[in-house]
Amino acid sequence: MISLRDLTKTFPGGVRALDGIDLTIGDGEFFALLGPSGCGKTTLLRTIAGLETPTTGTIAINTTDVTTRQPGERDVAMVFQDYAIFPHMSVADNIAYPLRIKKIAKAERLAKAREVATRLSLGDLLERRPSQLSGGQQQRVALARAIACHPTAFLFDEPLSNLDARLRLEARTFLKRLQRELAVTTVFVTHDQAEALALADRIAVMDHGRMIQVGTPAEIFQRPATPFVASFIGSTPMNLLPGKVTGGALHVAGAVLPAGALPDGSEILYGMRPEYADLALDEREDGFPGTVAVLENLGTATLVTLEARDRLIQVLVPEGDEPPIGSRAWAVPRQRRALLYADDTLVG
Amino acid sequence: MTTDAAGLGKARASAFVLPALALIAVFLIFPALWTIYLGLTDYRLTGLAAAQPRLVGVDNYTGALADTRFHTSLWLTVLFVGGSAIAGQAVLGFTIAWILRSRRGPVRRLVEGVVLLSWILPSSVVAFLWIALLDRSGGTLNALLGTPGFAWLLDYPMLSIIVFNTWRGTAFSMMLYSAALENVPPSHLETARLAGASVPQQLRDVVFPLLRRHILTNLLLISLWTFNDFTPFLLTAGGPEGRSEILPVYVYNVALRGGSLGAGAAISFLILLINLIMALAYLRLLRGRRRSQEAAAGGPPA
Ligand SMILES: Nc1ncnc2c1ncn2[C@@H]1O[C@H](COP(=O)(O)OP(=O)(O)OP(=O)(O)O)[C@@H](O)[C@H]1O
Ligand SMILES: [Mg+2]
Repeated sequence: MISLRDLTKTFPGGVRALDGIDLTIGDGEFFALLGPSGCGKTTLLRTIAGLETPTTGTIAINTTDVTTRQPGERDVAMVFQDYAIFPHMSVADNIAYPLRIKKIAKAERLAKAREVATRLSLGDLLERRPSQLSGGQQQRVALARAIACHPTAFLFDEPLSNLDARLRLEARTFLKRLQRELAVTTVFVTHDQAEALALADRIAVMDHGRMIQVGTPAEIFQRPATPFVASFIGSTPMNLLPGKVTGGALHVAGAVLPAGALPDGSEILYGMRPEYADLALDEREDGFPGTVAVLENLGTATLVTLEARDRLIQVLVPEGDEPPIGSRAWAVPRQRRALLYADDTLVG
Repeated sequence: MTTDAAGLGKARASAFVLPALALIAVFLIFPALWTIYLGLTDYRLTGLAAAQPRLVGVDNYTGALADTRFHTSLWLTVLFVGGSAIAGQAVLGFTIAWILRSRRGPVRRLVEGVVLLSWILPSSVVAFLWIALLDRSGGTLNALLGTPGFAWLLDYPMLSIIVFNTWRGTAFSMMLYSAALENVPPSHLETARLAGASVPQQLRDVVFPLLRRHILTNLLLISLWTFNDFTPFLLTAGGPEGRSEILPVYVYNVALRGGSLGAGAAISFLILLINLIMALAYLRLLRGRRRSQEAAAGGPPA
């Protein structure tokens, strides 16, 4: 278990990279830190590792306060984005390195390295030099080195981002299965929302050093707490349309929709995922009108961009249902899938 | 691919290289040959042998090799190189570079400024400053330590010139190691730290293997420079009683003060040979490393 209390980190020069972080990560949990570049994910991970000292706040690992402990005394293992494999050591020596520092006898630590390497299908590469490995193999060597010393927590900083798209998907599945088997608390940094959704038990979405929302992938995907989270999560960006309640109905971008319990006069932001809308070619009062401007083929579906008066609206249609470019169309939001935000908070 | 990248042709290319070759011949090869020739004669600065030098074969060489003064001088030079170049400049330079590695701002600039100043000042000025520092009566060091009348240059001549040369040359090693340390990926050091490695262990397992080539090159250069350094003469003139007579000073004393140019040339040639052996040994170390790396990289790809 990792508990962070009121963690703040201000770098010399005044950059506030972490701003009042409160978080508890459970035993064996696969926890993802997600957010745009520069939001403080790496800083948070490094602070947990002890590579950065927090300006205020405390860090506890398994109920022991480790805030002032050296990195080597925290019993955590980190995998860096560049893997940090020592180029002058063989794969076996790299994997056994933490055990060597712990003064474990040579035969024993090499046996352990062999065992872990075999598990990660590196068994045949033990005598190789890192320069003779492919990117995916290097990534697994870095993982193996983290696993070999049995830490209480793994800290991963974008370990998949140097792999090509295909390998990345494979490595993702592999990583998730491995984490399940080992059941070691894992904190995983990524700026790829799909990766976070696919891997994590829980996700924390960060922005400007703050946690905006913490929840399971389903919660984050279905009920994003703010328009920021809403626009960050999802493989196609969410449509966010301003609207107003008048006469008991919600008027958004040329459509009239039921207002629910919203009082007259309230200004809201209407969020609709392209996946959660249908395209109609005849006029609909509950649809956003526009002209078909762009068609993007995504394989099993096509992303249609409608040009309305002052904005663009995107809808996903099944393959084969694409409307002709230039035709008039209406994007009809599906029932109960819409997200309504007032003052940056979810209201319906 | 053609080897004639500039497209000049052999004749014109040679014409361009010729002046450089001529300069090298005039200023490097000819003096070297001249030294070898002089070393075989009894050429003297003054007197009969100055006008009519006779060939004496290898007498000068056997004489030098049998001379205990030469042995002492060689030993003092080894001490001087080991103490001031390797233990002094390289170790101190690396230590400063390591400490300053992650520092920015005024402290770093101040240290770098002071160290660099000692490097760029002319030798004669530096020697004067050190004489003023170490002087028996009225020297700054004695005033600081409260030891008036202590003759540092007489009682500890070797220590004095070793400290002097360390101070003088540390800048080069520091700058070289500073630049080299920039190439050590922080994540490698941090991985070692997370495994619980102490600073010596981090140096042994991460830094030194990565900097091996820089370290060897640095040691080669500063060893050669220090081996041939004449500046200590300005402090002690090799004295007292030859107790700081390192080889370059010994050559000077034999050839110019003693007037035996032939013997001096022979010793100079011996110094040249020692330099050559040192350089070859270092190059072998460097190349051995490169070959083993190539062998490793040449294996079957994954
Ligand atoms: N050593 C440092 N000194 C000063 N500012 C820093 C330092 N390290 C990070 N920062 C700043 O802190 C903020 C957070 O940085 P951090 O590296 O944690 O971002 P990140 O979320 O990991 O981004 P990315 O996805 O690009 O890796 C950034 O504004 C960054 O410029
Ligand atoms: Mg980062």
